[in-house]
Amino acid sequence: MIRARGLNKWFGDHHVLHDVDLDVARGEVVVVIGPSGSGKSTLCRCLNRLEPADSGEILVDGVPVPEEGRALARLRADVGMVFQNFNLFQHKTVLENVMLAPMKVRGVSRAEAERTAHELLARVGIAEQAGKQPARLSGGQQQRAAIARALAMRPKVMLFDEPTSALDPEMVGEVLDVMTGLAADGMTMVVVTHEMGFARRAADRVVFMDGGRIVETGEPNAFFDSPRTDRARDFLAKVLTH
Amino acid sequence: MSALLDHLPEVWQGLVVTLQMTAASFAGAAVAGLVIVAMRVGPVPVLRAVATVYVETLQNLPLLVLLVLAVFGLPEIGLKAGLTTTAVVVIALYEGAYIAEALRSGVNAVSAGQGEAARALGLTFGQSLRHVVLPQALRTVVQPIGNIFIALTMNTSLAAAVGVVELTAAANRVNLLEARPIPVFVGAGLAYAAIAACAGFVTGRLERRLAVAR
Repeated sequence: MIRARGLNKWFGDHHVLHDVDLDVARGEVVVVIGPSGSGKSTLCRCLNRLEPADSGEILVDGVPVPEEGRALARLRADVGMVFQNFNLFQHKTVLENVMLAPMKVRGVSRAEAERTAHELLARVGIAEQAGKQPARLSGGQQQRAAIARALAMRPKVMLFDEPTSALDPEMVGEVLDVMTGLAADGMTMVVVTHEMGFARRAADRVVFMDGGRIVETGEPNAFFDSPRTDRARDFLAKVLTH
Repeated sequence: MSALLDHLPEVWQGLVVTLQMTAASFAGAAVAGLVIVAMRVGPVPVLRAVATVYVETLQNLPLLVLLVLAVFGLPEIGLKAGLTTTAVVVIALYEGAYIAEALRSGVNAVSAGQGEAARALGLTFGQSLRHVVLPQALRTVVQPIGNIFIALTMNTSLAAAVGVVELTAAANRVNLLEARPIPVFVGAGLAYAAIAACAGFVTGRLERRLAVAR
């Protein structure tokens, strides 16, 4: 579904992505973990070209990601994205947030967009919040609304860029539950996260990044129980002890 | 006060011209400002450069110079239009540069994540500007745009210098006949103040109505 080859990205002199290759099969859930500054968020943002890579190639569903313009917009319509800070449209209600893109990008009628939006909001458990402005919702509710908004486009793959990092601890669970449900339904997902429990439970494969490189990748139980590299062992020792 | 009241029809006619010029040039300025800001924050380097040059040029020339240049210069190169029309177009283009700058500060105040989320959903740059970024930008710049509206109202009086008989010119004519500058120009000034007060009232209401929880 996603095939990235030789991605390189610099921010000024800082080499953030270093020859990164990544393959995500249809229906696969890939969880990307690693220390802060390891390039995992940048990798995620490169996949739909919110951050253009300086070199390398990305194919989504066999199609090279276009450089810009309408072709790029069409591709992004098929790639859902969930952000750390939710980024719900502040001037629209939750319902309108979910309806906007299907109507403007897919040309869906208002009535149908509204019906789908209500269904999706019910699916993520916030049906009763539909008429509210995003700022009136809790962080967990906002992030679930953002997931519903992305799902409304019926994406082929979903990217999650640290979806629970901005949440109060008590709200992390409700968002992870929605994501676990999606994974169980067969959605292709790339999840950048610090939630090791989620990685172990929901991932088909864990990708460990450090210093802009993919250091280790493997099936979650094998990775968490017996990491092969010293760097991964060191990282897990730090995050799993408390 | 009788100096003014005796000439009420002429002064009234001047006020009508001022109101028409204000409405027409503000509408034009709003359109120009939207187009310029879209170019200026857009992804196409050439359009960005054109928009930047436009804003820098028009903001750095006095409106009176532009008016005189247009009224006397354009006919020389074969562009002829009515005096009032020419003045309205010049004022619209000039104030459009200010509106573009006010809007740009509004766009900058909208968090980058809003545009990113819109683009990630597949909206084109134009769509994300129109449906997501600009509606939020506008809400933050209601007050500055109200100020530009008031400045524009006052600036229509410069058209008097190139022969348009709007409120200031009408008042001046009455004064030439009556030689009573104080009542005549205080009267005209009050009319301008009334327009500005209306603008202030409307922007205040708008700002409260459009307020968005963040």
